[in-house]
Amino acid sequence: MKRRQFVQTAGAGSVLGALGLVTGCATSSASGGPHVVVVGGGYGGATAAKYIRLWSDQSIRVTLVEPSAAFISCPISNLVLGGSKTMADITMSYDNLIKHHGVNVVRDMVTSIDADKRTVKLASGGELRYDRLVLSPGVDFMWETLPGMDKPGAQDKVLHAWKAGPQTVALRKQLEAMPDGGVYALSIPLAPYRCPPGPYERACQVASYFTKAKPKSKVLILDANDDVTSKGPLFKKAWTDRYKGMLEYRPKHKTVDVDAATNTLKFEFNDDVKATVLNVLPPMRAGDIAVKTGLATANKRWCEIDFLTHEAKAAKNIHVLGDSIQVAPAMPKSGHMANQHGKTCAAAVVALLSGKQPNALPIYTNTCYSFVSAEDAMHVASVHRYDAAQKTMLPVPGSGGVSSASNELEGGYAMAWARNIWADTLA
Amino acid sequence: MNRWNKIAATGSLALLGGWASAQAVDPIQVRDWASTCATCHGTAGIAQSGMESLAGVNKDEMVKKLMDFKTGKKPATLMHQLSKGYSDEQLQALAAYFAALKK
Repeated sequence: MKRRQFVQTAGAGSVLGALGLVTGCATSSASGGPHVVVVGGGYGGATAAKYIRLWSDQSIRVTLVEPSAAFISCPISNLVLGGSKTMADITMSYDNLIKHHGVNVVRDMVTSIDADKRTVKLASGGELRYDRLVLSPGVDFMWETLPGMDKPGAQDKVLHAWKAGPQTVALRKQLEAMPDGGVYALSIPLAPYRCPPGPYERACQVASYFTKAKPKSKVLILDANDDVTSKGPLFKKAWTDRYKGMLEYRPKHKTVDVDAATNTLKFEFNDDVKATVLNVLPPMRAGDIAVKTGLATANKRWCEIDFLTHEAKAAKNIHVLGDSIQVAPAMPKSGHMANQHGKTCAAAVVALLSGKQPNALPIYTNTCYSFVSAEDAMHVASVHRYDAAQKTMLPVPGSGGVSSASNELEGGYAMAWARNIWADTLA
Repeated sequence: MNRWNKIAATGSLALLGGWASAQAVDPIQVRDWASTCATCHGTAGIAQSGMESLAGVNKDEMVKKLMDFKTGKKPATLMHQLSKGYSDEQLQALAAYFAALKK
């Protein structure tokens, strides 16, 4: 057993033994202060867990339930596909949340939530009781919109790699195995989806790899949207300046089905496209557990929340953050944004559990870097402020913007951004 | 505007000013706003390599720097875009918050 596993197991044991485990006892939360269960250890959930401990002076007990053994960052994962970074570069331990902040990290999965009883059931069979629940389950995929992807083996062959992890490794292997002269096709769903500029960055990274290793190959972007959804002029300039003749962008190509056996994309209005390596980003919605709990009140897809507290509109004492929420105007689904949600939510949870009013004027920033090569990056930045009249977060007029050009200076800042957000979220 | 109205207006402005500065120093609110900076500059204002640490900075120097970013006087890659998202009073409160943190 590795040390981390031991610590996690020990953490789980202490939680189940002493804190949240419900065994028919209705007053289990009475001992040792209020108990918050956080579901999902991504940018949103891990940040919320840490800051609730920090801002309650460790008086609120926090249990973080996360099925993965380690945190794997989606930001920077496109560079693993491009070959300039490795999985080790984007994989981090949850140990510091335990050691520095006393978060109980439980490696498990929440299978159901009882909002009336304020309990969650775990895949392993246990049950946790909460005073407030923080739900940060990220996105899940709407496979029903691509019937062919339901066929046996289809999802193992045609990858999304839109949750960094084993699929990132598998897609990199497919790219490495592809013969020179092959075609890599990337299908992008209609917005909103996780990480608006992510697909275009990925296309750049694959093209960067092909330029060095397989110069006769092609990158084909098939975008359901009318145009590039983020940093459009900057990406188009990079494609012209760096990848002319190799990378082709086709907007208004909405994928409606996939034939994994023949690596073929089928569109609503356009001719079929066959590729050597097919990478399909399916339409996305809030994580399964949020949908199943009835929190996805916007088109049965995203969770509407009160932006002062992140409390779900559909359930009391359940706070939703990160990619699962129905976003406010001009708010991207990004890791940086989820980190900011985590803090606003943590502040509100601490205030509410202490009988205080939550901050009446939350502010979020967002900074999102995209690499157009192994070295050069560019950004989009914004600041969002609560609007009491409209009860939502709105961009502050005059703030925000994009880079004037992609360059190495911003590439350096992009990696510094990553190191810092990883520390702020996990350490 | 007659003399009494003037005095009344001045009085309410003073009250408003007092209210605004009281609001600006609500320590919990400033803590929350400062956490928006922490994503890049460190949870306690101590950054990882490649970004500037803000803990223990000189308050007046930081206010000047932020205001120069905001007005465009000081060139930046993105701080000119982010600083415009905060009022002058908020930037002053943030500078005071980080100045008070241990280096």
